[in-house]
Amino acid sequence: MSDAPVLRMESVRKTFGGSVVLRDVDLEVAPHTVTALIGASGSGKSTLLRCANLLEDIDDGAIWLDGEEITDPRVDQDAVRRRIGVVFQAYNLFPHMTVLDNITLAPRRVHGVGRAEAEQRARELLDRLGLAAKADAYPDRLSGGQQQRVAIVRALAVRPRLLLLDEITAALDPELVGEVLTVVRDLKDEGMTMVLATHEMGFARDVADQVCFLDGGVVLERGTAEEIFGDPQQERTQRFLRRIVEAGRL
Amino acid sequence: MKVVKQESGPEDADDKGDMPRADDGYVPSQRRLDRELYKRARARRATGIAALSTLVTAAVLYLVVVNAPGWPRTKETFFSAEYAREAFPKVLEGLWLNVRLLLVCGVAVLVLGMLIAVARTLRGPVFFPLRALAAAYTDFFRGLPLIINLMIVVLGVPALRLQGVTVDPVLLGGTALTLTYSAYVAEVFRAGIESVHPSQRAAARSLGLTNRQALRHVVLPQAVRRQVPPLLNDLVSLQKDTGLVSIGGAIDAVRAADIIVGRSLNYTPYIVAGLVFVALTIPMTRLTDWVTARMDRQRAQGGTI
Repeated sequence: MSDAPVLRMESVRKTFGGSVVLRDVDLEVAPHTVTALIGASGSGKSTLLRCANLLEDIDDGAIWLDGEEITDPRVDQDAVRRRIGVVFQAYNLFPHMTVLDNITLAPRRVHGVGRAEAEQRARELLDRLGLAAKADAYPDRLSGGQQQRVAIVRALAVRPRLLLLDEITAALDPELVGEVLTVVRDLKDEGMTMVLATHEMGFARDVADQVCFLDGGVVLERGTAEEIFGDPQQERTQRFLRRIVEAGRL
Repeated sequence: MKVVKQESGPEDADDKGDMPRADDGYVPSQRRLDRELYKRARARRATGIAALSTLVTAAVLYLVVVNAPGWPRTKETFFSAEYAREAFPKVLEGLWLNVRLLLVCGVAVLVLGMLIAVARTLRGPVFFPLRALAAAYTDFFRGLPLIINLMIVVLGVPALRLQGVTVDPVLLGGTALTLTYSAYVAEVFRAGIESVHPSQRAAARSLGLTNRQALRHVVLPQAVRRQVPPLLNDLVSLQKDTGLVSIGGAIDAVRAADIIVGRSLNYTPYIVAGLVFVALTIPMTRLTDWVTARMDRQRAQGGTI
């Protein structure tokens, strides 16, 4: 962890109306590592990811991407987002475009890649994820797992510096979860830097280098996967994990 | 690197507080203050640029118009203060008729349009004649030029000399407007109904609602909400077209202006009538903008882009 962090957050605060959703959140994500955000629904995991991608304005604190402060109002937010890939819980594929067009939209329109080159890369990625046959299909024709893999390809097509995954398996049938998580594991092996909010504790334990437990908008505890899952220090973390185990999810 | 932060707030009951309260002794950092200072400065700069740009545009337009070769004459025939003063009260008097027509026709158009739209979306073979009739109606009245429709109804119906049928140009004109506009509005409603995702209907039907109940409680509320802007568009258009009833001799705002123009050969009253119509439209547009914005806010999930 000697490298300069890809993503760094310092004292981030975010409120919606009167409620504080994130409070004094600090986070460092080293290159080629996976950070898992765990915690109950409403604990602020998704908001944290949305803030990192500047989809939400933070109230206070600061966020750096590769050493550049992206929460400075002078930065070009579009330029920041170009370097970050996001995969959403509900896939958010564009239903009026084919899979191939979904994937090549940003490379062609934003990054100025030629059609042939963009499509070639898209097909390579689709092929790797076992979706080569679906390139010309429309998203509504695909299963949830396939759609989510297409969404991952769409995020990867622009070669992002950082990938944010927001509960990407939460909307999937159990038997489809595996195929998506395998993709994430492969990405980790290739060295992609990722931050993921997840309810898949087993997966978080396997894949994460760093685990953060959020509770009420605060990073209550953080550490390696062994530390958090094996020997949680905070009483609330223990209770949360106990409930997960009781539910048979770990 | 292990335990990081201990929440400073009340710690006792852990299951109650999903959302911490804002009164947590938070003090804005210098960083935030600087950022807000910069944002305020940027907003001021943006306002300044907007004002300057507006001023320059207005000045250019003004100079172009005023320096046009025919300006003195145009000014005399279209922008005469004297005729404007004379026309204004008469036009306002006539406008009352337009407003009443708008209110009555507007309601009639919305009701009739909705009925036609629903008729067109009915399923089942029994309803085929109703569907066909509704489709024929919209096809015909959307295609028929309003002015011809008006002439047929306003001039043609009295010519029949039917017992008990009105010859009042206002009533007949209103009928013609309603016929044409309910065809437009029916299409707006139908587009709205069809834009509601089939899964919504499926969810409603699987709760045991009948087709009619699903339409009434689930589909139509969503359809209407979505179609508010295009509906307003048609209502504003209707409001202007109420001026066309003057072809039957009803004295509305346009006809009132017309009378003065015919006498004086000065066109200023038309300008006055035109501006009065514009003034009538603007509040309506703002009101709908406000209503739609409020609806969006209530449904929004947040986010700055």
